[in-house]
Amino acid sequence: MALLLFFILASLSAGGVVGMIVSRDRAYSVLFLVLAFAALGGVFGLLDAPFVAAIQVLIYAGAIMILFVFVIMMVNRRNDRGSEKKKSVGVFAAILAMTLFAELLLAVRGILPGMGNGGPVGGAETAGLGSLLFEKYLYPLEITSILIIAALTGAISMAGKKGPK
Amino acid sequence: MIPAAFFLALSIVLFALGVAAFFIKRDLITMFMAVEVMLSAANLAFLTFAKSTASLDGQVIVFFVITVAAAESAVGLAIILLVFKRKKSIQSDDLNVMKG
Amino acid sequence: MTELFWLAPFVPGLSALLLFLFGGRLSRRWIAAQACLSLLASFALSLLATIGLLGAGRGSAPIVKELFSWIVSGSFSARAAFTFDPLAAIMGLVVTGVGFLIHIYSAGYMAKDRSPARFFGLLNLFTFFMLILVLASNVVLMFVGWEGVGLCSYLLIAFWFEKPSAAAAGKKAFLVNRIGDTAFLVGIFLVLAVTGSAEFRDLATNVMGGRFPAGVATLAAVLFFIGATGKSAQVPLYVWLPDAMEGPTPVSALIHAATMVTAGVYMVCRMNALFAFSGTASLGVALTGAVTAVFAATMALTENDIKKVLAYSTISQIGYMFIGCGVGAYSAGMFHLVTHAFFKSLLFLAAGSVIHALSGEQDLRKMGGLRRHLPRTFPSFFIGAAAIAGVPFLSGFFSKDAILSRAFAQGQYVVWALGLATAILTAFYIFRLVFLAFYGGDRMAGEAKAHIHESPSIMIVPLAVLAFFAVAAGYVGLPGVLGEKVDLFGRFLAPVFVNVPENGPAPGTEWILMFFSMAAALMGITAAYVFYVKNTRIPHVLISRFPALYAIVSRKYYVDEAYDAVFVRPLVRGGEVIFDHFDKRVVDGALNGTAAAAGAAGRVLNLLQTGLIKDYALAFLIGAVLFLGFLLM
Repeated sequence: MALLLFFILASLSAGGVVGMIVSRDRAYSVLFLVLAFAALGGVFGLLDAPFVAAIQVLIYAGAIMILFVFVIMMVNRRNDRGSEKKKSVGVFAAILAMTLFAELLLAVRGILPGMGNGGPVGGAETAGLGSLLFEKYLYPLEITSILIIAALTGAISMAGKKGPK
Repeated sequence: MIPAAFFLALSIVLFALGVAAFFIKRDLITMFMAVEVMLSAANLAFLTFAKSTASLDGQVIVFFVITVAAAESAVGLAIILLVFKRKKSIQSDDLNVMKG
Repeated sequence: MTELFWLAPFVPGLSALLLFLFGGRLSRRWIAAQACLSLLASFALSLLATIGLLGAGRGSAPIVKELFSWIVSGSFSARAAFTFDPLAAIMGLVVTGVGFLIHIYSAGYMAKDRSPARFFGLLNLFTFFMLILVLASNVVLMFVGWEGVGLCSYLLIAFWFEKPSAAAAGKKAFLVNRIGDTAFLVGIFLVLAVTGSAEFRDLATNVMGGRFPAGVATLAAVLFFIGATGKSAQVPLYVWLPDAMEGPTPVSALIHAATMVTAGVYMVCRMNALFAFSGTASLGVALTGAVTAVFAATMALTENDIKKVLAYSTISQIGYMFIGCGVGAYSAGMFHLVTHAFFKSLLFLAAGSVIHALSGEQDLRKMGGLRRHLPRTFPSFFIGAAAIAGVPFLSGFFSKDAILSRAFAQGQYVVWALGLATAILTAFYIFRLVFLAFYGGDRMAGEAKAHIHESPSIMIVPLAVLAFFAVAAGYVGLPGVLGEKVDLFGRFLAPVFVNVPENGPAPGTEWILMFFSMAAALMGITAAYVFYVKNTRIPHVLISRFPALYAIVSRKYYVDEAYDAVFVRPLVRGGEVIFDHFDKRVVDGALNGTAAAAGAAGRVLNLLQTGLIKDYALAFLIGAVLFLGFLLM
């Protein structure tokens, strides 16, 4: 049952990404990606990480993609030139991507036997996460919050600039 | 029980797709989206390993990755907006000021 | 006090250093005083050391002072050490004594020059190097002094370097000397290769001990002598000395008459063991000296520049000294060196006085009747001329006679004949000079005549002192016919030439030879008198009768032109060719090529910098793939 769920979610996820690649229209790409991320959130859930799954859907599929949508709306121009010059890079890159894929598979295959199927951490997962965050990983937490503030300030100040007339 | 291998395979597939997308697509925004895809694939791998070693540290890492990705995409999009304002185009081929 | 002799070079050396460093801030009087006093100090040290040597008696060991162990390399070592023996004593006294007088003279002669500090600094530096040459106890240290005086000579010849002719003359002197120096250096290497020691006293013991195969000894001696022909202006390397007259007259007097040019003679005397051992080399020395003596004397006959006449005369007289060395009469050669130092520097300084009086005129044809205008210079000049001509009872007569009679006694009749011919020519050309300059009507240009003035006392007094010695110096070396003990000079030097047999001629022969010398002098002087006082048309008649002969001689047998065509032009041309083909193509090509290659590489790499994100990301990807692949291996 979980396996079936996994395959559905996996196909949705991969399919979403493929759709993102294939779509001509940027808006469609964004939507496909939202689908992909949402499905991925589901996959996360299958991995006994409900909190992270929730965050993925909320923030990734939610906030970040909305940002993308906004920007696309602002930048949308009819004159999408598409792909005219330098097809060669694409081919070469595709080959390289497949090589990378193969290499990664090989790498993973090497470590697979050593992987255990460690037990799920159960429903107290969120609490455990919380205590980890605020004890062991307190520093990264605080620094990340500063990072967010910095990013926020930066984004606001940049986006407010007037462009050339 | 779903074997870890499946999850890892999915992660790898997504990552490769992200790489391919980055090179195939022309405009900045879509390239940026491909970067997000790659990040998510990495998150998936982290979670898989977190489960297999039964430690929550992997999930903490994912937490941070998502946070930072959010901040980074905010800044990145702001930059794209500025580039658009200046160059009136978001095709990556048009951005070759650093040529030479 | 004798042991302090080794300070003698360093006093002028220090003075030179101070003058070079601070000369710009010192007053003219201070500069001159410092220079002269340092020479006086050197002279005093040499004199005291000589007295000490005399006091120690004949046959005593020479005083040696080691300064420091200089070169120690494997089996070869050369110490920086000085030796004071009779030979060094004589030479040292000449260098410092005559040098002192010339320094005083220069204070007057160069009184209005723009660079007194440089001049006196160089004169002092020269004295420093010359004394190192004289006092060196091994040939390597002597070579240091040898090169040093060559350098100072170059700097002093080209003292007025703004004059192109002076600069060229300096270069010529240095380059020609270099040829001789190379031979000298090879000679040093040869000696070192055979004996492993550069010390002079080791040389003597090695030669006597038979460590030199005959051929090698001859080769070494010949090489050293070639070096001497360069430094002492003999055939074939004499061509620089007439040009060297571009330098100030005191320089000509000190360096190119009394001291540096006689360094070759000194060197041969130092290595008398080697030269005596090789009969071939000695014969070569004597013949070269004889040929040079006659050859140079003929060129002096037609010369019209007062200093150049004296230059050719110097070349000729040094030939005499080498005749002496060549026939084994080393002390006679040194005797002539000493007397020559006196009368030649006297002649040069007096000529300087004339030039100074005539506001720079040096052409004999524009002089005349000067004995009326320059009553204080004239007597000195006349005495010098008489001395060099070999007028009896003056110093030149005794020293020349010593050489010629020994040559005859050794059976070198050709050499003797050439020497006698030279004596006639010498008397002729020097009195030609006297008669043209000092007798007859005034031929000066109006300007010069209007400003004619006798030289100041600071210049006249050294002339008088030198004139005294030009007369008196002969009496320390009276000929053997007058008694065994009379040759004080020869006896003083005997320990140095201990391995060299000196056979004087039989008494009867000696009187006859002396008579010949006197006759030669008389003939020359009379002929000059007839040509230039009695019937001044004779020279012109002769010139018009034998135009070709006159042309050859007055153009110095075209030797300079020949050297130019055979050696100088091809070398310059060769240098130009090499410059065009090697320097410009290969060296510059390599340099530019490297730069071009760097530029090309840069341009190639530049292709990677497209400015496009995609391309950079591609690079990332390639790197990542490769890295992963590497890790997986």
